[in-house]
Amino acid sequence: MAVFEGDLRAQADAIIGRYPDPRSALLPLLYLAQSAQGYLTREGMREAADLLGLTTAEVEAVATFYTMFKRRPTGRWLVSVCTNVSCAVLGGRRLYERAQEILGEGAEQVTADGAITLEEVECLGACDGGPVVQVNYCNYEKLTEESLEGLVDGLRGDDPPAPVRGPKPVDHAGTSRILAGMGDDRA
Amino acid sequence: MPDFPKVTTARWGTQGVDTIDGYLDHDGYQGLQRALGMSPDEVIEEVKASGLRGRGGAGFPTGSKWGFIPKDTGKPVYVCCNADEGEPGTFKDHELMNRDPHQLIEGIAITSYAVGCNRAFIYMRGEFLEPARKVERALREAYDRGYLGKGIAGSTFDLDIVMHRGAGSYECGEETALLESLEGKRGQPRLRPPFPAVEGLYRSPTVVNNVETLSTVPHILKGGAEWFTSMGTEKSTGTKIYCVSGKVERPGNYEAPMGTPARVLIDELAGGVRDGKRLKAWTPGGSSTPFLTPDHLDTPMDFESIAEQGSLLGTGAMVVLDEDDCVVEAVLRWEQFYAHESCGKCTPCREGTWWLVKVLHRMENGGGRMEDLPIMGDVGDNILFKSFCAFGDGAVSPISSSLKHFRDEYERHVEANGCPYKDRPVLAAATPRSGGAEGTIGEVIP
Repeated sequence: MAVFEGDLRAQADAIIGRYPDPRSALLPLLYLAQSAQGYLTREGMREAADLLGLTTAEVEAVATFYTMFKRRPTGRWLVSVCTNVSCAVLGGRRLYERAQEILGEGAEQVTADGAITLEEVECLGACDGGPVVQVNYCNYEKLTEESLEGLVDGLRGDDPPAPVRGPKPVDHAGTSRILAGMGDDRA
Repeated sequence: MPDFPKVTTARWGTQGVDTIDGYLDHDGYQGLQRALGMSPDEVIEEVKASGLRGRGGAGFPTGSKWGFIPKDTGKPVYVCCNADEGEPGTFKDHELMNRDPHQLIEGIAITSYAVGCNRAFIYMRGEFLEPARKVERALREAYDRGYLGKGIAGSTFDLDIVMHRGAGSYECGEETALLESLEGKRGQPRLRPPFPAVEGLYRSPTVVNNVETLSTVPHILKGGAEWFTSMGTEKSTGTKIYCVSGKVERPGNYEAPMGTPARVLIDELAGGVRDGKRLKAWTPGGSSTPFLTPDHLDTPMDFESIAEQGSLLGTGAMVVLDEDDCVVEAVLRWEQFYAHESCGKCTPCREGTWWLVKVLHRMENGGGRMEDLPIMGDVGDNILFKSFCAFGDGAVSPISSSLKHFRDEYERHVEANGCPYKDRPVLAAATPRSGGAEGTIGEVIP
């Protein structure tokens, strides 16, 4: 195995051990594969399938269902702008357009420097802080166009400002490790 | 400002209550202690007597749900906490877990004891990184201090709780889709019966309860059913967290007794409509609950009273739109949401939401026709009650209620050949979403 080797293999086995049925480990294993390669590759899906006794097709069917598995190269910083109604009416609509302007063509894939991927997302469950933007799933709330620009500047220098609650985000690969359930040891 | 009794949010202002020491200093784990001194059936009876109804949207009586768990099937029993909050406008579980994570763990422990479950799961929404961090830390503390693991809180009852993260899918908040997802599959709903109480996770008896529901349970055990029923209405007992968002002065979570009039929540607790504007439309319980109007503001916010007005209490998510907001745009955004999040299993929902977006898009951006109004109504009728789960029914709510209450807005869009509120098209409406819902047929995966 090229993806799940060494430590990652041991971590995969530990995850599988948490569940009465190994297949329940599929989502965490896909996060783990994503953390190793920066995004979820066909190879990662194939190896996850092998670990759980599934076919690649079965794993692909699952991986394509969920938005947090990125099947294309993704920036170190995933910027998710909510444009659902509660945020939209408070400026989220304009915020997303502004993010597109600042980051330029192609940011929905990844910016040319590999730093940022921009996405428009559904309600993030923090509407009291609207408009809400997440960076690697850490919340930045009540954003204005100016504070959005400051946020993007920080991300371009790999130095995100503090979110509204909790520690600063780590890069997308590190975040995927947390999502796999490997512990959140951010300072 | 009214001074309502607080239950699940009572400790929100208290520093350090998100740690086990802070929690224990403020009556923490006392409901569990009392429960462990009772028989499991007595715990179920207490919760039945409290009249507690599920806070995740459907309002099913919690004690009855527990009572459906068959005994002695020889299979393990599972409890799953539904922490996949995603109904647009809803943000109560997010804050409950951020601020008082032990309260949730205590609720899961009591529930597990009542139904005989030794391994419970928390299905955490993937995007909730900070609530997950808080709950994970609380789980570690609870294990360290003997409130989880072997013989919890000095009893002979064993309990493990496993945190499981979702990966971006609204549908996984539907309880059978949640179970599919927890089994490592696509998050699509199951045909019922059998209900999860009989065949749930791994085809074993399973209880699925929402975060707010479970967070209420310790208080019922500590304070007793009689105390709980002294708040709220006869059929909707206790308090509820109402999430007020959109165009109000102070968006936020406000706990109040069930049956508190919407006007009190919007005008007093949330400070009224922002900048002195006039209220145009609001939802009582998220995007899946039909719009109401200023004429409905005196309606008590409980399951029965809201239903009498033709809507649903849902999650208690009150999304407020003012006179400057475009109802057609709001409906378009929500239909986009449904089209994106439809799991694709049932044709009426999958195709219907897609067509609704097409029609609403031209309505908002130019090209709308008067005959589009009956078309939308017709598409809605062909989704409603014709799919496996309530998702499709929820998707029809914005359509049917806006056609009923705001028909003139659609007509003005047709007359103006686009949105009369904006001088430019809704750019975001034309943007494809990234991730799982993009066209995958024939797509080459790198």
